[in-house]
Amino acid sequence: MNHQEIQERIHPYVDGELDVANAREVELHLSACEECRALEQRIRALSSVLTASAPAYHAPAALRKNVRAALRKEAKPARQIGWWVFAAGAACALLLLVFALSQTTRAPREAIADDVVANHVRSLLATHLVDVASSNQHTVKPWFDGKVDFAPEVRDLAADGFPLVGGRLDYLQGKTVVALVYERNKHPINLFIVPASTNRAAAPSALTRRGYHLIHWTRGEMDYWAVSDLNAEELHQFAAHFAP
Amino acid sequence: MIRFRETSQVRDFERIILPHLDAAYSLARFLVRNEQDAQDAVQEACLRAFRFYESFRGENSRAWFLKIVRNTSFTVLQRARKNEDEVVFDEELHSPESAQLDVGGQLDRDLDRQTVRAAIEELPAEFREVITLRELEDCSYKEIADIANIPVGTVMSRLARARRQLYLILSKNFPDATK
Repeated sequence: MNHQEIQERIHPYVDGELDVANAREVELHLSACEECRALEQRIRALSSVLTASAPAYHAPAALRKNVRAALRKEAKPARQIGWWVFAAGAACALLLLVFALSQTTRAPREAIADDVVANHVRSLLATHLVDVASSNQHTVKPWFDGKVDFAPEVRDLAADGFPLVGGRLDYLQGKTVVALVYERNKHPINLFIVPASTNRAAAPSALTRRGYHLIHWTRGEMDYWAVSDLNAEELHQFAAHFAP
Repeated sequence: MIRFRETSQVRDFERIILPHLDAAYSLARFLVRNEQDAQDAVQEACLRAFRFYESFRGENSRAWFLKIVRNTSFTVLQRARKNEDEVVFDEELHSPESAQLDVGGQLDRDLDRQTVRAAIEELPAEFREVITLRELEDCSYKEIADIANIPVGTVMSRLARARRQLYLILSKNFPDATK
């Protein structure tokens, strides 16, 4: 190794990231080269200042408390049921199935709607409205490659007054799903895209939950859930533009 | 009884993840540079980690968790950047000269905590990240590469540049310090 190559290896050398042979070579060079020795000393001086002054922060007690509370709230009984209640669960499920068949698809739809609203609210309260922030559909769509097992349809609706803000991964009904975020006059719209359990297309239909408007439609083997605090009419316009 | 199961899963998660809460908060705090945003970023990261806990294969819980913390912190930062029109990080632009520590005077070995924290916070976010992970959390290059989602070679060159710039800031603040 020449002087230039050695210089590049001094940081990993000080950090203990070199194998024995490379480390030995750097050591040999250091014993002969004053400039490299000075560099090594500066790296070590900086590290020891950083260690001595202990600049790392400690988590505030309030954060620890909030995290513990939030986790308990997040843990839903449905996810923790053990094997020992499986038999009872199966019996109930059978009863439910009979009931559900008579109720068509209404019940699951209601449950999903609740989750959709909960996710929407959480995305606004917490710090992750989007994982990928871009108004460009050609940036947002490829971002999901490899993160979900389907290719979501991402549309640029800026011309229709619904600019794209970005996208993120979310969790709905036990599945990782795509959430696209649009905006209309500062009102965020979350559009959740989930693989549909049926490939029967369904026209947009509206629901209301806790003051939020939802529109649900099924198209091309995908379920779409749009949710916002926007008024129902404008949310309908959004759905109409997204799925003309 | 279901209630009992529920808490036991939370406890299991907490036993693995909460020991890393200080490291998580410190990383977030240096990345977003204010207390409230750092708390929000860490809390959000905890919830995300809990939701995706089943996908965690149990190799290195600290790196796994710090990666999530790092991502939520950068989400917060990107939003702030959009508001402030801050320039996007450019490795070369932020360190136009050589990456080596061929500059400046000596370091005062008795620099106090606040001075060092302030100096780290002067660095661009991508430098704050590698400095925090390497110097404060003692992560290996491989761990940093995983957490920051960059190649190991980039970790090496970025760390060299970050150290150079931090050294410059710290020695400039104390031009008289020649101990």
